[in-house]
Amino acid sequence: MSDPQPIIQIRNVSKRFGKVTAVDNVNLDIMAGEFFVLLGPSGCGKTTLLRMIAGFELPTEGQIIIDGVDVSDVPPNKRPVNMVFQSYAVFPHMSVADNVAYGLKIRGVGRGEREERVREALELVKLGGFEDRMPDQMSGGQRQRVALARSLVMRPKVLLLDEPLSALDAKLRAQMQFELSDLQDQVGITFVTVTHDQDEALSMASRIAVINKGEVAQLAGPSDLYEFPANRFVADFVGSVNIFEGKLTLDEPDKAAVDCPGIGKVYLNHGVTGPHGADVWVALRPEKIYLHVPGEGKAVRAAAQDAPDGHNFARGVIKGMSYLGDITLYEIKLDSGEMIRVSRPNLSRHDQEDFTWDDRVSMHWRADSPVVLLS
Amino acid sequence: MALFNRTPVAPLEYTRKTWMRGWVGATMFFLYAPLLILMIFSFNDSKRNVVWKGFTLKYYEKAMNNDSLVEAMVNSLTIAGLATVFSLVLGALAAVMLWRFRFPFKGVVEGTMSLPIIVPEICLGVAFLIFFAKIEWPTDLPWPLNLSAITIAHITFCFPFVAMVVRSRLESFNKEEEEAAKDLGASEWQTFRDILLPHMKPGLIAGALLSFSLSLDDFVITFFTSGPDTITFPVKVYSMVRFSVTPEVNAASTILIILTIVLTAVALKLQGVKAIAESH
Repeated sequence: MSDPQPIIQIRNVSKRFGKVTAVDNVNLDIMAGEFFVLLGPSGCGKTTLLRMIAGFELPTEGQIIIDGVDVSDVPPNKRPVNMVFQSYAVFPHMSVADNVAYGLKIRGVGRGEREERVREALELVKLGGFEDRMPDQMSGGQRQRVALARSLVMRPKVLLLDEPLSALDAKLRAQMQFELSDLQDQVGITFVTVTHDQDEALSMASRIAVINKGEVAQLAGPSDLYEFPANRFVADFVGSVNIFEGKLTLDEPDKAAVDCPGIGKVYLNHGVTGPHGADVWVALRPEKIYLHVPGEGKAVRAAAQDAPDGHNFARGVIKGMSYLGDITLYEIKLDSGEMIRVSRPNLSRHDQEDFTWDDRVSMHWRADSPVVLLS
Repeated sequence: MALFNRTPVAPLEYTRKTWMRGWVGATMFFLYAPLLILMIFSFNDSKRNVVWKGFTLKYYEKAMNNDSLVEAMVNSLTIAGLATVFSLVLGALAAVMLWRFRFPFKGVVEGTMSLPIIVPEICLGVAFLIFFAKIEWPTDLPWPLNLSAITIAHITFCFPFVAMVVRSRLESFNKEEEEAAKDLGASEWQTFRDILLPHMKPGLIAGALLSFSLSLDDFVITFFTSGPDTITFPVKVYSMVRFSVTPEVNAASTILIILTIVLTAVALKLQGVKAIAESH
């Protein structure tokens, strides 16, 4: 096996609409067989990027290379990629079979092979037997499967999906996340998906590019993105996070410390290679904070023994509480006056009764939990 | 208890309310009674055509043997057919242009195009009369070229209607469908033929029906643009009525009404009434 080849190379691509820069000098390599996700808030340029790969928008600058061929000026009908549209765009006047067969017909594939491939594609998306249905007799989820089959039947090098799950209800969405991953494993085609939903991205992607204001904010695998965000934007956009500003007071290869007015002294068991005394930000995820009745915490912390005394510890008063079933979310006002969010798994049926409004609580976290962000 | 067996009228059950039924009845009466009377009296065995004298088919025979009436009918149908075809093409193209592209003075173009709908017909008629006289449009051409002036005039006031109907139909088009077709390899023309045209079809059929009936029963504009040997049916009927309303006129009108109904029914059957009625 040779090294994986990038199937899509995006080289210094920018797209400007008048004065607005939608995509700003993006460089990305998407590998063959990947499930690649472009994640970002609405208006960040992720859809424009996808449409440039499909050929519906031409880059103002830069090149898009698909499978070694520069397709920057190739029209969409001549590109070896297919797209599943956000509205699915199933042709309403054609039956399911005709929809799926359309691309093959245009390509001039003979009737026999066409019928065979249409049947296969429909089996693949679990729509076998639906050949003669009209789109208006189908549910949204089924129409999406038609759109998927219509694209997959073309055997594209890359399948592009524009917000594929946004129009489905929560249960169906969760199911389709798994099905899309399975489908991608089965057909082995590179998938490039656009989404604004971080859960969707984390659950399906092999790699995620977080896009902010037309630029790539971070490119990483799902767990790296969540556990090691590169900047405040990514930390805040992917998942829920508490961010405190502070000064870097200690930075050695195996330890670091940040003095935050908001949450006190934060100790890390690894270096951060930032300039000493610089303004930095500490990101702390709500689920990585332990909640105690004051006094009890000290014993737990002593057992952990991973931070010097007086570090990674805070006190506050519970100001808000939301019980979400699997976890309970607490809004706590720290003694410094700042707010922090802490989540706590409900391991037993009565855990949510341990703390309530206006309770005084103490918190601690492990030395490998906080992330220091330089930007 | 049997006395109170009737279910009470619910607030939104308008069809069961007396005043509503009365209103609908009155509307139907004033709409269709004149037509019915016209049709019934076409079988009246009386020259004066005021009092019912007995059943006869002789006025149908008379109408069919009236060469100038038949000629007018043929002229009308020819003009309507030609005007419909040209209006359909022009109107559809105009609608697609206005829907698809942005260009300078688009608002002006749109406004100008709907002028024939807004301008009083009498003004249009006079304008056409002067215009064709001024450019010395030939009048002594053999049939059917002698109908060209009327046909051009009819196309002018018909195609904006087609454009309007088709345009409103296009508003409901999901542009992603077009992109999907191109994504699957279709060229610009294939996309138009396979995706956009089928979407426009109900609008085109509605536009065609509209053009055909507008052209067929137009009197004012035709009156000003027709010459002595290019009489159309409405103009002919008008000239006949000036002497007296004979059952012959009724008979000819009845034939025309039935012809229109049949044509409409065929068109609706082709497409399905629902698709035309709902603009999606």
